[in-house]
Amino acid sequence: MIPVLFFVILITFVLMHQAPGGPWDREGRQLSPAVVNNLNIKYGLDKPLPTQFWLYVWGAAHFDFGDSLQSPGQHVSTLLLESWPYTMTLGAVTFVLLVPIGIGLGVIAAMRQNSIADYSAIGFATVTASTPNFVVGLFLIILLSLGLNRLTGGTFYLPTGGLPEPYNPFQLQLIMPVITLGALPTAFIARLTRSSTLETLRQDYVRTAWAKGLKPRLVVMRHVLKNSLIPVVTALGPTFAFLVTGSFIVETVFAIPGIGRSFVTSIESRDYTMILGTTLLYAGLIALMNLVVDVLYVFIDPRVRLT
Amino acid sequence: MAQTLLQVEDLHTQFFTSRGVVRAVDGVTLHVDAGETLGVVGESGCGKTMTALSILRLVPDPGKITSGRILFRGRDVTKMDDEEIREFRGNDVAMIFQDPMTSLNPVTKVGFQIEEAMTAHDRFTEKLAKGRVVELLKRVRVPAAETRVKDYPHQFSGGMRQRAMIAMGLSNEPALLIADEPTTALDVTVQAQIIQLMKQLNRELGTAMMLITHNMALVASLCQRVVVMYAGRIVEEGPVEQIFKSPQHPYTWSLLRSVPRVDEARKDRLVSIKGLPPDLLNPPPGCKFHPRCPFVIDRCKVEEPELEEVGLNQTARCWVLMRNVKEEDIDAAKQSALSRDAAQKLKAVPPAEVGDGSAGR
Amino acid sequence: MASAVGVAAQVDWDVPEQTGLWQDAWVRFRRNKLAVAGLTLVVALVIIALGARLPATPGGLWKILHLTGDPFQQNVINTLAAPTFQHPMGTDILGRDVLARVLYGSSISLSIGIIVQFLILTIGGSVGMAAGYFGGRMDNLLMRFTDIMYAFPDLLLVLVFVAAFGPSFWSIFIAIGITNWVGLARLVRGQVLSIKEKEYVEAAIMTGSSPIKLILKHLLPNSLGPVIVSLTFGIPAAIFTEAALSFLGIGIRPPEPSWGVMIEDGYAAIFADPSLVIFPGIAVALTMLSFTFIGDGLRDALDPRMRR
Repeated sequence: MIPVLFFVILITFVLMHQAPGGPWDREGRQLSPAVVNNLNIKYGLDKPLPTQFWLYVWGAAHFDFGDSLQSPGQHVSTLLLESWPYTMTLGAVTFVLLVPIGIGLGVIAAMRQNSIADYSAIGFATVTASTPNFVVGLFLIILLSLGLNRLTGGTFYLPTGGLPEPYNPFQLQLIMPVITLGALPTAFIARLTRSSTLETLRQDYVRTAWAKGLKPRLVVMRHVLKNSLIPVVTALGPTFAFLVTGSFIVETVFAIPGIGRSFVTSIESRDYTMILGTTLLYAGLIALMNLVVDVLYVFIDPRVRLT
Repeated sequence: MAQTLLQVEDLHTQFFTSRGVVRAVDGVTLHVDAGETLGVVGESGCGKTMTALSILRLVPDPGKITSGRILFRGRDVTKMDDEEIREFRGNDVAMIFQDPMTSLNPVTKVGFQIEEAMTAHDRFTEKLAKGRVVELLKRVRVPAAETRVKDYPHQFSGGMRQRAMIAMGLSNEPALLIADEPTTALDVTVQAQIIQLMKQLNRELGTAMMLITHNMALVASLCQRVVVMYAGRIVEEGPVEQIFKSPQHPYTWSLLRSVPRVDEARKDRLVSIKGLPPDLLNPPPGCKFHPRCPFVIDRCKVEEPELEEVGLNQTARCWVLMRNVKEEDIDAAKQSALSRDAAQKLKAVPPAEVGDGSAGR
Repeated sequence: MASAVGVAAQVDWDVPEQTGLWQDAWVRFRRNKLAVAGLTLVVALVIIALGARLPATPGGLWKILHLTGDPFQQNVINTLAAPTFQHPMGTDILGRDVLARVLYGSSISLSIGIIVQFLILTIGGSVGMAAGYFGGRMDNLLMRFTDIMYAFPDLLLVLVFVAAFGPSFWSIFIAIGITNWVGLARLVRGQVLSIKEKEYVEAAIMTGSSPIKLILKHLLPNSLGPVIVSLTFGIPAAIFTEAALSFLGIGIRPPEPSWGVMIEDGYAAIFADPSLVIFPGIAVALTMLSFTFIGDGLRDALDPRMRR
């Protein structure tokens, strides 16, 4: 995992510095060259690039990610920590909801293949999976906030809803963002579960299970699902990654002060340290999640274990 | 005193596909008596597996049993409700399948899979079942049964998996065991072992068996009676010795001819059956075998024959019947699949020794 | 051969012909109504896109035919208009004809979405083939490399890349290309590995067949199916990425009317005139949906296990 992160830093670093302009340009006012020079020295930006790179790596290894260039005096880590809870809540809630809903939809669709339930579930899933999530979000806003408002002929703005007081320390309006963020991954998981389950249902060992006279619930749980969910678990890694990247967009659309949104702004303002820090965080999370999935996989599929 | 366990009467199982109706089982009547072993023979696609699946009502979509009766000890299987058929499966009648690799759940321990066959029917408690699994595995000659119980299917060899399947099938002491090509997916040496095992079990347990295969040699080893199927119908039926000695239907005759026999004179050549199995969506008129029959006459092309008695307990479905075919026609039809040289070389090889396969891996 | 009385040397009936995989697949594809609908829509879109850009005047063929207006012409008197005959989709916040912009945008989405697949094929295909064919250390190295790329949240890298090289058609194009090849590489590698192990390939290698022949005769026909399916599914993904980038303000810049840009513009005025978001939104969704249906259809049609 470490070499992966190293290269991530390297690539980001190189690309970042390719970008025209520097962190001091976007203020809307021209800073005098002397001031710019001083700022550069203060933040070590005057040093040759390779040196900067290694300094950063050294710092990162000690969990020192420097200060944000846009917000002087603030550690990158602090800033990230501030935005983290919003992103985390959004992501966690979405993840916790989408997995059972997605799998549930997929299983139902597979077990009742070619029925109304199947077609509607799949139809819904396909359409959702094929619509960009920000479009979904915007449509939701239009539909719910605008539409319901017009319908009720008054100032009805659907409370985007959130968890009740004591459970929602961040006062976040969650319903629409969660739907927006989670729609596509849910659809994807549903489709995957369905096709995997359909495939499993065709297998000989399922026939054996019926031939033994097992109760249908046992056949489904022990023989069908235990097998058909394996590829779904594998897909959870990339799903998580998708939630991460989806957060950029969702946070922008719904004005949530999370890490994604701050990342977008730090790119625009060439805040190098923030960019690096955020990238590292995300990459690390994704790598970690993939690792967890890999380990989990060994547990659920005995064929992979070394005997 | 033959007590009839299973009586299948005029069974029709059809598949309703987008391209038409496939008559997979087209009027099959057969029976199995207690303790006997019935062979069901035919090429792939002739309906033998579908007949077996129909007996257990496991016909996959888009297939359905459309008419006929399946009587097990007098009760009609086709009319059982869900709970009754569940009790019936694996308990009164058990089935083992062709490919043991794909027929076992790859992510569940083998011992557990055998155990659940027993606990499904409330005949054994979990504790008893666990103990019995080891016993059963020992009985089918799986070595180190106690530790093997905790293994997964991919850790078993092909032969062992098939033994495990047999153990699973016999775990509830069913009156009838249906075995669908139990040795086809195994290599030859292992096949012999499994055959020995099945003979032994049949002797020890007295379980009746319906053995589905395309391998005539297997039938000769294990069965008392045999039924030959073609295109969803039975074309010949009778005791094994009689059928082997004087098959009356040309298809049966061709099947027997296409297997090299140790006891035969070397000069007899192998016969290959020309053509492909019939397309069940668009079957030929008249006798369904006529396009490939070496002894076809005009009547065969238009009128389909019925099953007629042709000997003691032997029936066949043919207008011609082998006993009516002239000797020279039979000789002419024995087309060689071998070249002259190969036939000469075959003569020089001494007949093989058929010994007892030793137990074990 | 001995002939005998009654030997049925000729079979009277027609044995069904063995058709090739491709004809078979096409028949199956045709039977999938959704896939056919998707294909029809895509073909229509391609025509629309071509007509919107050629001849190279604003509005292209469609303007010349008086079917639509000029996507760039502003008209501050007539902003946020409702759909009329003259402007079937109304006008946007600067008075520009929305329909013309949507049609133009199709050319951007389609060209990025489809053409980038070639880039993905080149990169992913070579990496996958090299890893599979050479195996050993080369394989390890390349797989490590793909792991790194895989760990990068792709949108993130695209963002950084586009920021680095400026928002333009080409930078977006390359950015999408270099972030989306991993799936294809793994697929190709898997194909190469599984084919390498087949006996007939071993035989071919032993008899000294050149690698190129091997690739052409054995690898291509077998792996073409899954590769095509993968690339087809890659198209809506690429379209999505471009739209998302433009929406975030980092992709195609106005006044170029990519659908993402239009949605971004529309977002600002969402409460005043939601149609500005709805029209391009539906356009993107329909396009992505069509390609998804085609991909599904292709995958089912080419699945060898479905051949009865």
